[in-house]
Amino acid sequence: MNSISLKFVREPINKHLQKIPLGIIHVIPERCKECNYCIELCPRDVLKVGEERNFKGYRWPVIADGKALDCIACKMCEWICPEFAIFVKEVDRTEWIKS
Amino acid sequence: MVEVQVLREVVSSESPRDDLIRRERFPHIWCPGCGLGTVLKCYVEAIASSDIPRDKHVIVSGIGCSGRMAGYVNIDSYHVTHGRPIAFAEGMKIVRPDLEVTVISGDGDLVTIGGNHFIHAIRRNVDINVFLVNNFIYGMTGNQYGSTTPLGARSSTSPYGCPEYPFNLPLLAAALGAPFVARWTTLHVRQLAEAMKKAMKVKGFAFIEIISPCPVGFGSYNEMREGMDFIKFFLENCIVDHNADLNKVAISMRPGDPIILGNFVEREAPTYHDLEREVFRKAGWLK
Amino acid sequence: MDQKLEELKLLKPGTYFMMGNIACAEAALIAGCEFYAGYPITPSNEIAEHMSRRMPELGRHFIQMEDEIASAVAILGASAAGVKAMTATSGPGFSLMMESIGLAAMLELPCVIVDVQRAGPSTGIPTFVGQGDVMQARWGSHGDYELVAYAPSSVQEFFDLTIEAFNTSELLRIPVIVLADEVVGHMYGKLVVPEYSKINIVNRKKYTGPREKYLPYSCETLVPPFVAAGDGYRIHMTGLTHDERGYPSLEIDDSRKLIERLVMKVRKNAKNLWKYESYFMDDADVVVITFGVTARSSLEAVKRARAEGIKAGMLKLLTIWPFPEDPVRIAGEYAKRILVAEINMGQLIHPVKEVVRCPVVGINYPVGYAPPPEYILDGIRASV
Repeated sequence: MNSISLKFVREPINKHLQKIPLGIIHVIPERCKECNYCIELCPRDVLKVGEERNFKGYRWPVIADGKALDCIACKMCEWICPEFAIFVKEVDRTEWIKS
Repeated sequence: MVEVQVLREVVSSESPRDDLIRRERFPHIWCPGCGLGTVLKCYVEAIASSDIPRDKHVIVSGIGCSGRMAGYVNIDSYHVTHGRPIAFAEGMKIVRPDLEVTVISGDGDLVTIGGNHFIHAIRRNVDINVFLVNNFIYGMTGNQYGSTTPLGARSSTSPYGCPEYPFNLPLLAAALGAPFVARWTTLHVRQLAEAMKKAMKVKGFAFIEIISPCPVGFGSYNEMREGMDFIKFFLENCIVDHNADLNKVAISMRPGDPIILGNFVEREAPTYHDLEREVFRKAGWLK
Repeated sequence: MDQKLEELKLLKPGTYFMMGNIACAEAALIAGCEFYAGYPITPSNEIAEHMSRRMPELGRHFIQMEDEIASAVAILGASAAGVKAMTATSGPGFSLMMESIGLAAMLELPCVIVDVQRAGPSTGIPTFVGQGDVMQARWGSHGDYELVAYAPSSVQEFFDLTIEAFNTSELLRIPVIVLADEVVGHMYGKLVVPEYSKINIVNRKKYTGPREKYLPYSCETLVPPFVAAGDGYRIHMTGLTHDERGYPSLEIDDSRKLIERLVMKVRKNAKNLWKYESYFMDDADVVVITFGVTARSSLEAVKRARAEGIKAGMLKLLTIWPFPEDPVRIAGEYAKRILVAEINMGQLIHPVKEVVRCPVVGINYPVGYAPPPEYILDGIRASV
């Protein structure tokens, strides 16, 4: 799927000037219904199905191993989530890693 | 310690948009994979970014899964009888033109049982927004076919395939003169929210058809059992064409037969409220 | 409605010779009706026609909807926005409005519905009179709810009861029905518009406290205070059974509290809502209980019976629902026989039978025509 969505992306000529933001992913486990939209539609495959279950028996998304810094804060997960159960706070990548 | 935090998602108890939803009512009643939650998300984002003060926004819903929409938005919200939200919204908007009245309801509600109100509200060009969530089926009552069910699709009352032609809603709305007609899916979240924002700005009847997954209802009868089956279908079959010939945008939900999306109609036309002012002038109330 | 009545272009106090339907429309204007939605139907058309001319003169809204369903729902939308609203119709349209009457009762949105009764069932005789909507007015929508229905028998009463209907609906936050009939609607008669200072006008009680404390369906009082759309209270109203916050609820307690309140706010106020007029009741052996146009010929019949030496009396009900139990019960205690005169095959007779012990006989007249006094007189004679 990533190949479909990225295939048409043109490489910008000022790519070296672009700052790639970092997203800090927040989840609200009690709201998740495990539709997997956030996991499947993440362009960077940051998320995976978690192991724990909430009170309704659904497994909420967690960050896949070693993927935490891959989030670019596109917020697709936040927008598509029908449950208001995931959101992303955008931070400055360089600053954040420094601190 | 910092490094450990980096590796994990942050567990939270409230989202940044919780002020616009009735959070005490969450999780909502909709099934996993249902697109209605995404429509709700897009609507509250559109409210948040619109220039209209929040307390001037009003949502009216009818009956069915989509009808529950009103109960989850933390603004003035009205959940009325089956098929009637447009008539209710018309009454409200006519006496209070300062309110931004939005109807969000389903295909069965708005264009099947409520079809008469739909066509006449567009004909009058009352300044309301109608966001119709089309999931091709009557979900809440147990997946019976409706006026948007694609020809041949199975449902609990069309076990041999639906024998009726479905509505082509953008064509219908445009033919009646709606100043704004759009269609998006719940996958096209940003475009949808942007279209909703536009609809709120439009003077006159603004109509958006929102194609939404219904994995438990429509999907379970038509080999699309997961929400992702719909999303994949949308990814593979949706074409954005703002200038599409509306005669050719009917939806068949057959692979290879595209779902045409876009902001099809954006035009200006005198609204009911403009024309009513003319009546007031002739009656001597306005100079 | 901040303006004084004198400053508005309303029907001035004085004496008029006027059609019932038009008197009804003028009364609605005086009562403060700011939104009228309707659909053409005989014999109520003059109300809509008159409103379509008069409402814009006052800067108020008239709209002709696509059907009676839309009309009844649109007035609820307007009512939810905080204004007084009404519609008028007749039998077939009244049937279409039933769903919305239930919605009005459930959302507790004040509204007035005028039903100018025609002969039924179905299309019946659109231009002729009937009184067949008595039971439908009370029981037409599904589920448990209570409403108020007034039945005028003259142009003056049509005027007075229309204002009263607005007042009651605002006071109790309920749909109120004016159950007129074709004869009263089309009849020309004397109308006296009193000085405006003598006209009582009620507006719904509004909530003005802090948002956090507002419970739209609070059970503290029978009639919770109202907030309109756009007032900033972020109200939720639903036709689903709801709790005090207005949120859908499946709890037995919420259901019981809500339904009890919807019913009790009318039942507990019933005594104040009962309107009736007694004629020759002091020593009556035979009492004719009647309403609407039938009361006109009944009164003549009772007078003629008196001339023949029959101790006849008449009780004219202006409030049909809630049913005026006490006056009817008292009539039944002193009379030997009660006759219920109505233009239908027996509807009002049922609540009468519920409350009196003496024999009750119906005087039913073929639907479509007002009974001549002789017909009722024959009924009175036969009962002694």
